[in-house]
Parts: sequence; structure tokens; C-alpha cells
Amino acid sequence: MIKSKLLNSITRTLRGVGHRMVERIWRLGAGARLFFLTIIYSGESFKRFHLTLREVYFTGVMSLLIVIVSAFFVGMVLALQGYNTLQKYGSSEAIGVLVALSLVRELGPVVTALLFAGRAGTAITAEIGLMKTTEQLSAMEMMAVNPIARVVAPRFWAGVISMPILASLFSMVGILGGYLVAVPLIGVDDGAFWSQMQANVDFRLDIINGLIKSVVFGVACTMIALFEGFDAPPTAEGVSRATTRTVVISSLTVLGLDFVLTSFMMVI
Amino acid sequence: MTDNIVEIDNLSFGYKGRLLHKGINMVFPRGKVVAIMGGSGSGKTTLLRLIGGQIKPSKGEVRVAGEVVHKQDRDGIYKLRRKMGMLFQHGALFTDLSAFDNVAFPMRELTDLPETMIRDLVLMKLNAVGLRGAHALMPTELSGGMARRVALARAIALDPAIIMYDEPFAGLDPISMGVICGLIRSLNDALGATSIIVSHDVKETFLIADYVYFVADGVIAAEGTPNDLMQSTLPFVHQFVHGDKDGPVPFHYPAANYQSELLKTL
Amino acid sequence: MDRTKIDLWVGIFVALGVAALLGLAMKVGNLTSSKIGETFSVTAAFENVGSLKPNAPVKSAGVVVGRVDNIKFDSKAFEAVVTINIDRRYSFPKDTFANIYTAGLLGEQYVGLEAGGDEDELKNGDKITKTQDAVVLEKMISQFLFSKASETEKDASAVEPKANAKSTELGDAPF
Repeated sequence: MIKSKLLNSITRTLRGVGHRMVERIWRLGAGARLFFLTIIYSGESFKRFHLTLREVYFTGVMSLLIVIVSAFFVGMVLALQGYNTLQKYGSSEAIGVLVALSLVRELGPVVTALLFAGRAGTAITAEIGLMKTTEQLSAMEMMAVNPIARVVAPRFWAGVISMPILASLFSMVGILGGYLVAVPLIGVDDGAFWSQMQANVDFRLDIINGLIKSVVFGVACTMIALFEGFDAPPTAEGVSRATTRTVVISSLTVLGLDFVLTSFMMVI
Repeated sequence: MTDNIVEIDNLSFGYKGRLLHKGINMVFPRGKVVAIMGGSGSGKTTLLRLIGGQIKPSKGEVRVAGEVVHKQDRDGIYKLRRKMGMLFQHGALFTDLSAFDNVAFPMRELTDLPETMIRDLVLMKLNAVGLRGAHALMPTELSGGMARRVALARAIALDPAIIMYDEPFAGLDPISMGVICGLIRSLNDALGATSIIVSHDVKETFLIADYVYFVADGVIAAEGTPNDLMQSTLPFVHQFVHGDKDGPVPFHYPAANYQSELLKTL
Repeated sequence: MDRTKIDLWVGIFVALGVAALLGLAMKVGNLTSSKIGETFSVTAAFENVGSLKPNAPVKSAGVVVGRVDNIKFDSKAFEAVVTINIDRRYSFPKDTFANIYTAGLLGEQYVGLEAGGDEDELKNGDKITKTQDAVVLEKMISQFLFSKASETEKDASAVEPKANAKSTELGDAPF
């Protein structure tokens, strides 16, 4: 009797694990399908590029403020912390290098992607989820207008365009923030700050690689937000859950992808 | 009745073995207003989605203008849908577009008309539903009845041959209901279109429909002109038409014996 | 939202992005400094290049005058052949002396050029004959220990500490 109860609970647990696993894989496949459909129907939406520009406004321009303010503070904190450690080794001039490299290689793309997921990603998920709940997507389909070409593709490309721009701005503003702390406040030599930076930051290895990262993050974050919106159950609760999932999945994906990309770039 | 624009032939549809429709036959003659009635959850809206080709039937077929809907590829279905206009239950207006842009949407997306002509057409359509003055308002600024009328203007934007209405009267005040009711009939006659109304509002539907199908338990329980159905002695139709509390559709959800359940010791 | 207003904002947004990228490239990165205009290349053979890498700077009197192009191993002479690109604006005499130095105690290695007194100038494809190898720390330490040991044994006999360092300048010809 006890034995069969134990067996039952084990099979139930295993079934639960299996069910979750199958569902995850199913969602991954559905997401990939949406991605390919988006690419296929992109041509249709490129013919009317102002649709994409409009979405660049809503994803990119609207994220500008949060990205610039965060970048400024991140840069200043980096300079303060870096100075603290570097001066112990008598190389406080290297602070420019430290700030620039950490921003351009890692913090710029990664933090921008995290902020983007929170600011633009959730907006995309909620908007598309709402369009689905109120049958706007169905209505579009019944009008013989493809919602993937009309709604999904412009938002996708807007995200892919916005992300590297936001990441470059993040890095540049962050470096300026670091400069403000390091040079006028701490008193590091102005020339040493910039020249050390220039000597150690490589355009191709550091800046272009950072840019590549941000493009990949742009694809991932936007696609996750779009898929979650598209896949949300058409209820208020379903949309709110999908919005939460967008942030969680985007953040984890960005951090995981960052490791993979960094290791590839190190090898090359 | 030889000229049927939509024909539903021995149609079955269901999810995972549970059949929602079990062999339904319907015809929708050109130029008529045909209503599909039935209780909530009887699969009325699903029938509209089957006609629009958004879902595929399990068995049987739907023919629109002689073409089998589920055998079309994507382009074929889109071509068929251009002949259809649909009014969704809550209007389904695009919330980020104004009333004007909502009506202009199908024209801009599907035609190459110049903007000046689109403007004239949109104002004509809005005028037909009496809302030309509200063209600049956003959907959030419209009342429920007005939103439904803008959505109706959008549904007829490209002068469709078939107009489908999904619960056009649900959640409206009596005045708006009367307005929509009159519009459905007058637009149908003015455009020479065929209207398919899915509804459970007996009074309004009977007022404008030429022919009515009753759907219950996946089959057609009754059909006929509104007058025939009013006189019908079929218990289900009688209950539905007169809104009786109890009848073939029981008041109580199937349950165990009341007395024995109350007396059961936990 | 007015379309012209959207266009304006998107334009500003993209312009900001391009400006930031340009700023990163010019002010932060080495896109400007790594670009040397016209160059000519010369080779130099070293017995040991230490950890010298391609793209390392070539300096004369502390000024960057060129970059290391590539490093190859010559399997006949068992030497490392370093090709360096020197800016055309600078010219060096034929008997220029090439050293491999280390920036700071543990820093990166670079090639240092010291001008000689020859009338003729180095031309494209020439070979610098006078070279000095990289200082290999382990070698230096073992030499130091060895010399210390021999000092205590033989009471300060004349052991040249730098005997092992191959120096073409001092000339190995007279032997």
C-alpha cells in the first residue's frame, strides 16, 4: 500500500517534469517558427518602411531617457570603484581603460538589453497581447492582412535597429560619466585618461564585437517579447503573466547569450 | 434558392475528439440576411471562423462563392476574405488608430487607391453609419455603440459580398441596439450583400433576418423564417424564443441527487 | 502621433547613435591611431622574440613609428624573422639597431629602433642586421644565480654577466 503510494508520487513528479519539458520545447519551436515567419514576411513590411520607423520611435526613442540616465550613473560608479582598486597599484591612469573596456565589451550591450527588455519588451508584449485579447489580430486576419507582416515584422526590425544604437549611446555616455568622475573629481590626468584608453581599446576586437553582441541581444529580446505577446492567453491575467515572462526570459537569455558570445569572441 | 454564396456541407468540427459540430448543413442565399442562433457555447462563432478559413473543419466542407475554403492556400484564402467583411463581438477596432484610420486601414492595406480617394471613401462609409463627425476620435473616446458602428464601417470598407456579424447586439443599450439593427438591414440591401448574423438576441434578430438556423448540441435543431419559428412548437425553440427558465435546456447543471448530496456525511 | 514628428525623433535617435559610434571609434578606440598612412617594410632576425606579437608598436625615441606586421620562424638559421612596417614619413640609416624592449617590468613587448650613423637609408625589403633579443626573465634569473654561485666559488672572477646574450653589435666576427 505504502509502496504503491510512493510509486504513484514518483510517477506523478516525473510526469510533471516531462510535461514541463515538453511544453518548454514546444514553446521554443513555436518561437522559432514565428521568427522564421517574421523573416519571410519582412519583405512585405519593408515596402512600407514608415511602419518600422514608427516602431523605432516607440521602442528606441522612448527608451532613450532610461538608457542615458542609467549609463551615466553606471559610468560614474565604475570610475569610482575602479579608482579605489587601481590606486592601490599606483596605476590610477588606467581608469579610462577600465571604464571604457568594461562598458564597450560587456556593460553597454548587456545592461542596455536588460533595460530594453524592461522598457520596450514589456510594452511590445502587452500591446500585442492586448491586440490579441480584443480580437484585433483576428480582425486583421479576416481583412486578409497578415498580422505577422503588419504587426510583428515592423516591431522586430525596430528592435534590431534600436538595440545597437542604444548600446553605443550607453557606452559613450557611460564613458563620459566615468570621465566626469575620474578627471575633474578625482584628478586623474586628462591626457592619460584618453590616451591610455585609445592605446588599449581596439576598434574591431572591442567596439565592433560589442556592437555584434547588441545586435544579437536585439534579435533575442524583441523576438521573445513578440512571441510572448503572440502566445499570451487572451485574458487580462494571461497578458500580465506574459509580460512578466518577457522580462524573466529576456534577462536570462541575454546573460546566457553573453557568455556564449564572449567565449566565441575570445577564441577568435 | 439556387444562388447560394455560402454553403456549409455536412460539416463537423471539434477539438481533440470532442465534436462541437456534428454534420451541419446550411445555405446562405445571395442578398439575404441569415441568422445563426443558439445558446452560449454552441459553436456559433466557430462557424464564422470556419467560413473565414481561420480554422479547418474535421469533416465536410464550407464553400464560399463555389470554392472550398479549407482547400485554399494562404493566397487563396486571402482572396476569399477580400469578399468578406466581419464585425467582431466588441468591434475589435485598432486601439492605436483613430476612427478614420480604422476605416481607412483595409483600403490602405489592400488597395493602391490614392489618399484623396481613400479620404472620400472613408467619409462616405462613416456617413453611412452616422459617424462622419466622429472621424478624428480614438477608439477609447467612443461609446460601445459608436465603436460598433465604426467597426461596421470598417467591415464594409471594401464593399464585401458577405458581411458577418459576431454578436452584433451584445452589451449594447436599447437605442444603440436599434441603430445597429436598422444598419444591418439597410446596409445589406444597399450593398446587395449577404449578411450572416450570429446572435442570441431573439427580438432584434427576428426583426431583420430572412431566415434563421437554430444550433444546439452540434446539430441544427430548427430552421425557418422568423414567423415560422415564432409559431414553432418544438420545445427547444419555444424555450429559446420565449426565454423560458426551464425546458429542454435545463436550469440545473447535471448533478447528483440533491437530497442525498446534502445528507452525505463528509 | 504625427508622422513628421515621429520621423524627426527617429532621425535624431539615429543621428545620436551614429555620433556615439563615431565617438567610440575616434575618441575611445584606436581607429585613428592604428591607421598609419604609407609604410615600407623591413625585416629583422632575432634569436628570441620573447612574447612579441603582431601589431605591437615599433618605437624610436619613444615615438611610435610603425607596427609589427608578422613574425615567422626561419627553420634554416633557427631564428625568428620579424617583419615591421615603418611609416614612410620617417627614414632610418642602414645600420639602425633593433631591440625588443618591455614596457615597464611586466608590460607588453615592443620593438625599439636606435639610429646608427650610416649615410645610406633603409629601403623597402631591407634587412636590419643589428638586433638584440628580448630579455627572457627566466634566463636572466638563472644567469644571475649562476654568476652569484661562481662569484662565491672563485672570489669575483671576471665572469661576463651578459655573455650569453647574443650581440651582433659587439661583433662575433673576430673569433
